[in-house]
Amino acid sequence: MSTASVVRFEHVSVEFDGDLALNDVSFDVRAGETRVILGAAGSGKTVLLKVAMGLVRPSAGRVFLFDTNITHLRERDLFSLRSRVGILFQEGGLFDSLTIEENVAYPLVNQASIKCPAEEVLPRVNQALQFVELGHTLAKVPSELSGGMRRRVGIARAGVTEPPLVLYDSPTAGLDPITANTIMALVVKQRDLRNITPIIVTHRAQDGYLLANYCWNTAESKVERATAGHRATEQTEYMVMCEGKLVFQGPEEALSASSDPYVSKFVRRNH
Amino acid sequence: MKQLILTLQDFLYLAGRAFRAIFRRPHYFADQSIQADVIGVGSLPIVMLIGTFSGVVMALQMSRALSTYGAVSKTGEIVAITLIREMGPVLTALLVAGRNASGIASEIGSMKVTEQIDAMRALGTDPILKLVKPRLIATSLVLPLLTVLADFLGIAGGFLIAYFMLNLTASQYWTSAYQALEYNDIAQGLVKPFLFAVVISLVGCFYGLRTTGGTQGVGLSTTQAVVVASVWIFVIDVFVTQVFVNL
Repeated sequence: MSTASVVRFEHVSVEFDGDLALNDVSFDVRAGETRVILGAAGSGKTVLLKVAMGLVRPSAGRVFLFDTNITHLRERDLFSLRSRVGILFQEGGLFDSLTIEENVAYPLVNQASIKCPAEEVLPRVNQALQFVELGHTLAKVPSELSGGMRRRVGIARAGVTEPPLVLYDSPTAGLDPITANTIMALVVKQRDLRNITPIIVTHRAQDGYLLANYCWNTAESKVERATAGHRATEQTEYMVMCEGKLVFQGPEEALSASSDPYVSKFVRRNH
Repeated sequence: MKQLILTLQDFLYLAGRAFRAIFRRPHYFADQSIQADVIGVGSLPIVMLIGTFSGVVMALQMSRALSTYGAVSKTGEIVAITLIREMGPVLTALLVAGRNASGIASEIGSMKVTEQIDAMRALGTDPILKLVKPRLIATSLVLPLLTVLADFLGIAGGFLIAYFMLNLTASQYWTSAYQALEYNDIAQGLVKPFLFAVVISLVGCFYGLRTTGGTQGVGLSTTQAVVVASVWIFVIDVFVTQVFVNL
């Protein structure tokens, strides 16, 4: 079944002060897929996500978001497209001068193309925060929350507008294993309950493994092993980045079978 | 040299976008008021203090020189002209640059390194409209007002010296101060702070938005913003003075 393209890169390169952060990267993510982008620190994963959203302009190549060429699109024209994308930044990217309520409400209030009526803002914020089990933190400011909680608020903010595409930038970076698993369970939950297309960059292969093999059980409110035929197992693709280059692209079986020393070393260690 | 020209080009690009943004919606009036409060009301005590003392010092210094020519009665005139044309605008601008160009650069720089600027753009807000425009408008409104206040307090400070130490009457001092001023002086005294305000706010925003490399980068941006804003204040001062002197 061929579905619409949500993000497409065509020979994209990004240069910062003479250094290539992305080097001739091409890929296509289609609606309904789960895309896991693996790579060591400094491999260009974060830049790739920012380019996908038009936050960083490519030096060469073309970028398509929902089949619209955004390579040279003006900032003000990008806003309506960006309103269909949720993003979780590496450290949460929360506004530290705003309360948690204001942070989560931010896209509802500021995205011109969303037009959320004022009376619906608070109920939607509450719903988004309850989704990440932080319904009691409305009046707090980010500095009062732990790193894991800030990441969960970031997930709530990324999903509050119910976008069809959500980008996760290293959601488990710097967290202890238990908190990291909680965050990944929320990513699985968001994917399966809200039916979004997630693109996740991470340095932990087990994050990708979880997304590719587990799904959300609503009745028991926990992740469980996905059965054959579930979108998790059928539609998860991996990409591996190394120093700005895309060195691998394919499903989990191909990843496990890869003979590339960088890819196999990076992946198999964690399986 | 190439780097310097590229930086200037980036600055002019930001300035162009900021000026265009003044007429673009949405207008974040609440942010504008907050900035006017932070920059204007926040700078009031220091501007009042420095304004007064600059007038006092000016009167003291000038009285000695004027007494040589038996022209102590001209103290009001000298204090008024020097303060309104030059000292008031430049001193106030330097104070606000030290206080607010740094504040703006560090605030926006911190937001930049913690990805809050990216988050803002990702969530539907243009940082030029939300961060730069309110600071540009607020500084342009409050700096001329602060300068007028500093000028007045400076002349009043000069009066204290003239009255208590030089034995001039109130009428002698204030009349000579008032009569010395021409429209050219007033215009010069108001055009300068307005231009200085544009430079202070835009330089602060520019270095804030260019910040890279974590907390160390924020410190560097803050320092650069103050130094560059201060240098530009003097450069602009020379050009504006040159224009008004020839009018």
